[in-house]
Amino acid sequence: MRCAGTTALVTGGLKGIGLAIANRLADEGSTVYITDVDKPSEALSLNLNYINADVTNESDWKRVAQKIADERDSLDILVNNAGVDCVGPVQETSLINWRRVMSINVDGAFLGVKHCYNILSKARERKGGASIVNISSMLSKVGYIDTSGYNASKGAISSFTKAIAIEFASKNVSIRANSVHPGFVHTPLLQQGMQNLVNDGVADSVEVLFSTLAEMTPIGRMAEPNEIANAVLFLASDESSYMVGSELVIDGGWTAR
Amino acid sequence: MSRLENKVAFITGGTSGIGKATVYRLISEGAKVLFTGRNDAAGKAIAKETGSHFIHHDVTDSKGYEKISEIVKTQYERLDIAFANAGTEMGDTDIENINIEVWNKLVAINLTGAMLTTQMAVRLMRKNPDGPNGSIILNSSMNAHIPLGNFVTYSTTKGAHIALAKSTAVHCAGQGLKVRCNVIHPGVVETEMIKGVIAGAPDSDAARAMFEGMAPMKRMAHVNEIAGLVVYLGSDEAAFISGASYNIDGATTAGMMGV
Repeated sequence: MRCAGTTALVTGGLKGIGLAIANRLADEGSTVYITDVDKPSEALSLNLNYINADVTNESDWKRVAQKIADERDSLDILVNNAGVDCVGPVQETSLINWRRVMSINVDGAFLGVKHCYNILSKARERKGGASIVNISSMLSKVGYIDTSGYNASKGAISSFTKAIAIEFASKNVSIRANSVHPGFVHTPLLQQGMQNLVNDGVADSVEVLFSTLAEMTPIGRMAEPNEIANAVLFLASDESSYMVGSELVIDGGWTAR
Repeated sequence: MSRLENKVAFITGGTSGIGKATVYRLISEGAKVLFTGRNDAAGKAIAKETGSHFIHHDVTDSKGYEKISEIVKTQYERLDIAFANAGTEMGDTDIENINIEVWNKLVAINLTGAMLTTQMAVRLMRKNPDGPNGSIILNSSMNAHIPLGNFVTYSTTKGAHIALAKSTAVHCAGQGLKVRCNVIHPGVVETEMIKGVIAGAPDSDAARAMFEGMAPMKRMAHVNEIAGLVVYLGSDEAAFISGASYNIDGATTAGMMGV
């Protein structure tokens, strides 16, 4: 197994990409903790350890890091996945919504790295050391209409990832950091976003909007969450031991044009 | 189950360095591997040891691709992975001193060779028995992003790999082919060639320190680390990845190290 004996933490792990990542890592031998602000509505896989936590709350992060330190001593893999969207024309975007997306998408990743640093630093068993994987987006690289807050937050994640990658490597800290940049993925978050557009009269159905997004993607379909999880597994494993500060775009050719 | 079970892979420049490591790695993941090179002795030895198929070929020989295609079609009946790896910087220099003969030679090996390999791969993958599908990986360099002043041809050809990969990816997707094309950008890799440079330097320790110090990680990549990325991109796990450009350089291009 590609992550045997490791300990992993995935934020926003109850659904969508986060759940796919958590299951993939667990299938490959990792002991996986997931955090989420929501509570599980259904039985979780026995392989996943759920912790109720809000990524924007610093005391929650301290509690999460302490629990993993107590139970596992160190952390090998941190996946900062929790995220929300922020849809609307820039001139109509409220400061509250702007700050919300920045808080969850950017502050959440910052606090995760800050408070997990000590337990990540202890993961020296593996050749590649500990691995931080931050979930950014292809929208960190290209603009998209009516998503300026989301675009900006994902751009920040990219720069943050490169900065900590350089910082740790330069100081001989055995933690690698890389980012993953999905295109459009079948997730509950996107489903809800599309439903909101349908409610606003933009389209007749979510299926129509999904079909349009698939047609706009060069390879003619949207991604499934497990395809993003595969990239996270690669970056989490020792197989990617020389990848530091890299951006893995997984967008079906969207940004190749 | 191995990650490349039942896949057929083709690698150029497979007799040494990253190419050789990729032959071994792909075989270990269950693929059937054909590889080319100009060093017959090394090629035959690798083929014997791994059970892979060596074909003597210079990537600039455009006619030779027809022969390789024929071998793939008749003996393997499909192509799933192509790794356009062959490349060199021999004789390269800066923009003021480069002569047209050296420029043309390096463009022929590094860029035209990659194009011809990609072209052959797309044509073969288009005709796979289970429908058009496959994964093409171009071996560029971090010098596509941070060109070297004293290696103008090498840097330019490696930069061109990005457009070649993206153009191929968009073309294939537009044609409805499940043929993906991506490009990877290794940093300094501890190949036999680099080991030779270090060994031959007046101060080998200083030469090694210089190469290792180029990456914030303070070490060179091992050839197997590059082969690992080829395995991932060549596998079905990467089915949504096309037209992407991946750095594998120990953070060399991620930013400035500071003081």
